[in-house]
Amino acid sequence: MQPKVSSMSSPSFPTKMHIEPHSSGAANTPTSKEAKMRAANLNFFYGSFQALYDIDLEIQANRITALIGPSGCGKSTFLRTLNRINETIRGTRYTGEVLLDGVDVKSQDVTALRRRVGMVFQKSNPFPKTIFDNIAYGPKVNGMTSKQDLEVTVEKSLRRAALWEEVKDKLQKPASALSGGQQQRLCIARAMAVDPEVLLLDEPCSALDPIATLKIEELLFSIKDQTTIVIVTHNMQQAARVADNTGFFMLGKLVEFDRTEMIFRNPSKKETEDYVTGRFG
Amino acid sequence: MASSAKSTSFTAVRKSVQMGDEAARLVTLVFAGGILLITLLVVAVLWDHSSLALYKFGFHFFTSQNWDPNSDEFGALPFVYGTLMTSFLALLIAVPLGVGAAIFLAELAPPKISSILTFLVELLAAVPSVIYGLLAIFTLVPFMRDTVEPALQSTLGFLPFFQGQIFGVGYLTAGVILAIMTFPFIISISREALLAVPREQREAALALGATQWESTFDIVLPNARLGIIGSIFLGLARALGETMAVTMVIGNDPSIKASLFAPGYTIAAVIANEFAEASGNLHLSALVALSFVLFLLTMVINGAARLMIMATSRKGA
Ligand SMILES: Nc1ncnc2c1ncn2[C@@H]1O[C@H](COP(=O)(O)OP(=O)(O)O)[C@@H](O)[C@H]1O
Ligand SMILES: [Mg+2]
Repeated sequence: MQPKVSSMSSPSFPTKMHIEPHSSGAANTPTSKEAKMRAANLNFFYGSFQALYDIDLEIQANRITALIGPSGCGKSTFLRTLNRINETIRGTRYTGEVLLDGVDVKSQDVTALRRRVGMVFQKSNPFPKTIFDNIAYGPKVNGMTSKQDLEVTVEKSLRRAALWEEVKDKLQKPASALSGGQQQRLCIARAMAVDPEVLLLDEPCSALDPIATLKIEELLFSIKDQTTIVIVTHNMQQAARVADNTGFFMLGKLVEFDRTEMIFRNPSKKETEDYVTGRFG
Repeated sequence: MASSAKSTSFTAVRKSVQMGDEAARLVTLVFAGGILLITLLVVAVLWDHSSLALYKFGFHFFTSQNWDPNSDEFGALPFVYGTLMTSFLALLIAVPLGVGAAIFLAELAPPKISSILTFLVELLAAVPSVIYGLLAIFTLVPFMRDTVEPALQSTLGFLPFFQGQIFGVGYLTAGVILAIMTFPFIISISREALLAVPREQREAALALGATQWESTFDIVLPNARLGIIGSIFLGLARALGETMAVTMVIGNDPSIKASLFAPGYTIAAVIANEFAEASGNLHLSALVALSFVLFLLTMVINGAARLMIMATSRKGA
């Protein structure tokens, strides 16, 4: 099956970002205006094991960036350096730079950074609380106290996650009572409740059926105008459907990063072609 | 021929599997029935041997404060009070400290230090209670008498709990030694409950911008609440039934005083002290009646624990 590529002939797309002059190499090169986040020369280590090698990658604002590649190639590791959640694992470190709006994430207050860069995990992980309290938790730890504000935020977030109609009558029920797909959308709503500028999703649909998957993809489209999205997926059709740009990882290296169309129709590297045509992984 | 042989051997396998199932069911049934039988037997024996006292004193047995074997007067209240008060004091001290220590071991301490400390804590759980009792007599009693209780009296002396003469032995000292003895249970079980909380729960909180502390208190603790509640009730069960160490430090005085410094008595302690030298059948029967009360007390508390666990698990995940 030929992957269906969403229409995206916008002239603002750069071509082959990894060989474009403005994004190649030197860490002190000013980032392009559209780069929301950027990794430069990123090497990541779990103890003595190196999981990422020299990653240079730009995440454009208000675009969906997909990361694909065989299992164990470092997609999750890369995603988790963007909000510094990897540093909660003992013995991890990295060299190089990760920038948010041109500012090194290491120099920022980590809780403030994570409010701006939200995350949705592979396995839906609602808190053992009510639906309402799941969504309200993020705003609360970020200082929202008024009950009325919280109610407004909860409704808004659930609406953005297209979950409001399904749960509005059971906000005080435990989140565990929802179906798998609803739980994952709840987790997206929970992440959206703090108004993140960037949303990271690590294989968010891997445990979901096709209909639930479709709902989440539609949800991503609908929030894209306000949010920059990075999604890890092992499902190449999904990358082709939702992503504007796609990066292909293999063995800890970023093999190729380009417009999704190019990755799937006209990849410049042999490994990429083998992978997207199913000859690998 | 070959196929029929195969199919018979197959049915034979099926048969033996089925027989295994049957046997397993039977064994389970026997054990379950056995447990029920033992419980009923305990109740029957306790009832039988306490009927003399219960018949003579009736409900008055539970409300009377008078325990005087010389004049054949027996009332359970001072012992029930002492048992509940010392256990309450033990939990009051051991729960916050124990859960706090568990949080430290599970969430904050470097793994090496955590595993060494956990090993030591688990070692403490295995120390026989008579050793705690001896330790208490030599160190805790003088320490309470000369330091802790005078300090409490001079700061909180306006409360009736901290007034009156200081002996060193009494409710408070018994509560402290029980706290020390329940501490290891609460720590090691709570710690395991905390460690069993999935990593994704912590990460979900952190990824929303929660601090380490917020993630621990708001998310990890509620996730581990069943295990923590369980550890508290296990500690309580130990405190209620603890005999040796308490007998050595509570003062063995069957009276109810408001002051926590005053000597008191517990059910387990009085049974241990007086059973061998009981002055007659009525005395013996009154002691068995006390043990019946203790049995019922632990039953009620276990039931309450079940209900609490059921209630909290329905509310949450
Ligand atoms: N916590 C960890 N400790 C040590 N090695 C890890 C850890 N997490 C992942 N790795 C290793 O890092 C590599 C990349 O893993 P990961 O980023 O999870 O890959 P992907 O998400 O692409 O499947 C793998 O070899 C994996 O075994
Ligand atoms: Mg992964």
